Amino acid sequence: MTNIEQYKVTKQPFYQAQGDEVELYEAAYKARLPVMVKGPTGCGKSRFVEYMAWKLNKPLITVACNEDMTASDLVGRYLLDANGTRWLDGPLTTAARIGAICYLDEIVEARQDTTVVIHPLTDHRRTLPLDKKGELIEAHPDFQLVISYNPGYQSLMKDLKQSTKQRFTGFDFDYPNAATEAQILSAETGIEVELAAKLVKIGAVARNLKGHGLDEGISTRLLVYAATLIKGGVAPRAACRMALVRPITDDADIRDTLDHAIDATFA
Amino acid sequence: METPIIPPELESYWQQLDCGFKQVQPIFAHTMPEALAAFSPEGLQQYLDSARFLGKMGHGAEPIMLFMANMPATAKIVGEETVAPIMACVKVMWKSPNGKAIPPFLQNLHAVAASLQSAEQMRHYLDLVLDFMDRSTGSVHGIHKTFASPGLPDFLAQAPLILTMLSLEGLRNWIEYGVRYYNHHPERQIEYFTLKSADSRAVLQRERHGTLLVNNERKLDLYMRALWQDPELLIPYSLAFDKQDKAQPYFDALGIRLPDVYDDANGVTGMTRYRAALAHIAAHRRWSRSIIADNFSPFQRNAIEILEDSRVEFLAMREYPGLRATFMALHPVPAEDAVDYAHESGIRHRLAMLSRAILDPNHPYKNPHIIDCARRFNLVMAADDSSTAAMADIGISFIVKSRMQNDSASKIHFTDTEVDYRDDNRHLWQFIEEGDEEETYSDAPAEAKQEEIVGLPPRHYPEWDYSNSSYRPDWASVYERVHPSGNPADIDALLAKHAGLAKRLKKMLDLLKPQDKVRIRYQEEGSELDLDVAIRSLIDYKSGAQPDPRINMSHRNDGRNIAVMVLVDLSESLNQKAAGCNQTILELSQEALAILSWAVAQLGDPFAIAGFHSNTRHDVRYLHIKGFSEEWDDAVKGRIAGMEAEYSTRMGAAMRHAGHYLGQQQADKKLLLVLTDGEPADIDSHDGKLLIQDAHMAVQELDQQGIYSYCINLDPKADEYVADIFGKHYTIVDKVEQLPERLPELFISLTK
Repeated sequence: MTNIEQYKVTKQPFYQAQGDEVELYEAAYKARLPVMVKGPTGCGKSRFVEYMAWKLNKPLITVACNEDMTASDLVGRYLLDANGTRWLDGPLTTAARIGAICYLDEIVEARQDTTVVIHPLTDHRRTLPLDKKGELIEAHPDFQLVISYNPGYQSLMKDLKQSTKQRFTGFDFDYPNAATEAQILSAETGIEVELAAKLVKIGAVARNLKGHGLDEGISTRLLVYAATLIKGGVAPRAACRMALVRPITDDADIRDTLDHAIDATFA
Repeated sequence: METPIIPPELESYWQQLDCGFKQVQPIFAHTMPEALAAFSPEGLQQYLDSARFLGKMGHGAEPIMLFMANMPATAKIVGEETVAPIMACVKVMWKSPNGKAIPPFLQNLHAVAASLQSAEQMRHYLDLVLDFMDRSTGSVHGIHKTFASPGLPDFLAQAPLILTMLSLEGLRNWIEYGVRYYNHHPERQIEYFTLKSADSRAVLQRERHGTLLVNNERKLDLYMRALWQDPELLIPYSLAFDKQDKAQPYFDALGIRLPDVYDDANGVTGMTRYRAALAHIAAHRRWSRSIIADNFSPFQRNAIEILEDSRVEFLAMREYPGLRATFMALHPVPAEDAVDYAHESGIRHRLAMLSRAILDPNHPYKNPHIIDCARRFNLVMAADDSSTAAMADIGISFIVKSRMQNDSASKIHFTDTEVDYRDDNRHLWQFIEEGDEEETYSDAPAEAKQEEIVGLPPRHYPEWDYSNSSYRPDWASVYERVHPSGNPADIDALLAKHAGLAKRLKKMLDLLKPQDKVRIRYQEEGSELDLDVAIRSLIDYKSGAQPDPRINMSHRNDGRNIAVMVLVDLSESLNQKAAGCNQTILELSQEALAILSWAVAQLGDPFAIAGFHSNTRHDVRYLHIKGFSEEWDDAVKGRIAGMEAEYSTRMGAAMRHAGHYLGQQQADKKLLLVLTDGEPADIDSHDGKLLIQDAHMAVQELDQQGIYSYCINLDPKADEYVADIFGKHYTIVDKVEQLPERLPELFISLTK
């Protein structure tokens, strides 16, 4: 039998609530409603799901979706064996059997026809038919499906079907407000709050440029990287250039503007 | 003789001067003490000798007076050893027909020296003046100079202004341009050197030092957007041509106005100065609210403006502490004892000190009012609810407390009181009554003239001058218009005539397979085995399920990505009959274009056609025949049918304009086909090589933009020049009657 313990989140992940999302998620879980988490990259979607799994003390199975993923990568497949073939459960099947939270990260990266396999699990049926094996799995009472995606950067071609969208309850995530974000940086890396506030300010500067040469602003994740570098002894300006500016742009004018913002912020 | 003007101790010098002009005496008496201080004994002797010479050279009293008024101050800056070369220069002018240039030359010596600052630079300047004079002074028979240089006096009058903008190197280039292009045209030369002609200003802008706004607009726009969330239109204004009116930055409903150029100053780069000015303006826009002006006297308003400037900067620096270093470097530090209270008003000086004291906590000032006022300011700011009104209170009390007797003196002390990154605060004031301070204009504007716009406004392109190795800025004006239409049925008839050729071309076109490969999966039959799918099928088979037989994959070619522009020479020479047949070259070109257009339409490449001819640089015509987004339809056919040939061939400008459109196409490969029957030439260009070299330069520019130029030349003698323009990218079609066949073939072989 599958080892459930390996999927448990043992250590409390740091998560700073931005609003009432924790309570809302608990309510959704109580009713076993499927959940969708939207938001820009690096704003804390995956961290939130991980935190909720820990809080509810349920196993969490994460699948990073990609374009080459097929339905059998989710559900399971027969493998060749010395004696012929052997069935291997996919992550979705495993989650349904053991009663885990199944988290499909960046779901729109998978092809649309692939994602249709989750449909029977996300409505009142809560079943997963394995047609190749000829088995119908009743989902474990604790099983819940969570998906995430970033509505910003995907192309027109990558969107969820309406029939998929309308099976989920949703959370819209965004970068936290300045004070919260500074607290997050401080709690995550141990730098002083004033320094964290400066990093957050630079982040806000870059977020103003979204759509004017930047596809995405500086994410909270990158701010944490910068804070980590500073904590590790790197000079703040150098750390900001390395962690905040260089990764996000090759445009000389934008780089120049952001470098200037760093100089203006660190007197 | 009544000579009480000359003080007795200067009498011996006056004797040495031996000057008969009475009007020189007061100047002599006034400037001699300064000269005594500025010169060594030998220098003084030389100075007096020089002045004596100027008084006796027969140009009246003006030269000697100007010399005495300017030379001592000049010598103080660049040293007394410059007297000799200056006099040498004057003597050359005196011997040539350029005597008129001596007064402006002497008049501006001091101002020029102030810009140049060293004896060596001064010598270079004198060399430049002499060289200019030598080259622009005319002669009839080539030996004796008989005509005065037309531009020299005006140039000398402008020199100080120009030197504030250009380095000597830039000045040399600017003079060079004027002398080269206007040497045979006295009126134009004068226009050039008085900065009245557009060329002159354009070259001046090109040679200027400093950071230009136009080059950094995007960066500054990003700055406003990112750091202040306040994107606004940035409009440059020029400081170059009006020395009196030093406009400060300002903003109004239309946008933010900034100087067109900033030099580096006090170790701050031009770019940082722009950002400082924008930060100041952005801070006003964020935190300042306008107040009623009518309640305050002008001095009070000055004080309130200074305090409000300081307040918004304080808030801006709280937001971005790094701004402080910039502001500190750019803000002047007026010396506390700089004002001569007997003669001038210290009001501006006092306010500038106050502003500095607020900005810089380690300020050197002792004035108790300033210290007290700065303290009050900081108290208010610390309370965190500052406002423009609070600044008004502090300002009024400062003006009242620190008032001095001669604040209202007409002469105001200006040195070190201008903070040039700050705006003029026009947004701060609301006027209720129309005061006598402002001029009032009637609101109704004069009837706007309804001018009908004919065609698009011209675009200006530079032209390469090989003899000078530089561009002539904005030299050629290109007017673009849609080519008049003819009867599209004619083109259909032509195509029908060449049906046989079309059939042959079709075969070749079918062979033109596009390049990109795209993988197609899930094929029952294909070129390769798709391993993933094959294993899956094998497993299905072994486990007893129905295996998927589509286990192969194949490749498909996709995405031929070429944008083509055909530029057709429509000059007069096309009307000639082609050798060996009874059609004109124009007719053959029409046929060739029709077939080519048909062929490209078959392939589906983005494709455009334009014609060009020119009637001097002021009228280069670019005739739109087919745009990239237009279909091969009757409108386009009509324009080809209507093609007419006239005027000359200014190829470079037309190629640059075509490149402008081609550059906007999103294609991997961009091809510019130039169809011409002769070398580039125009009636205003006497040097045959010039337009050839310009076209060559245009080819190189296009190459840098990733545009491949190719020439199809119908001139049998083209070998002499076409390689100079296009390198190896050309074909000469000797038998012009074959053009309709050769053009599409050429295109096909080029894009294979």
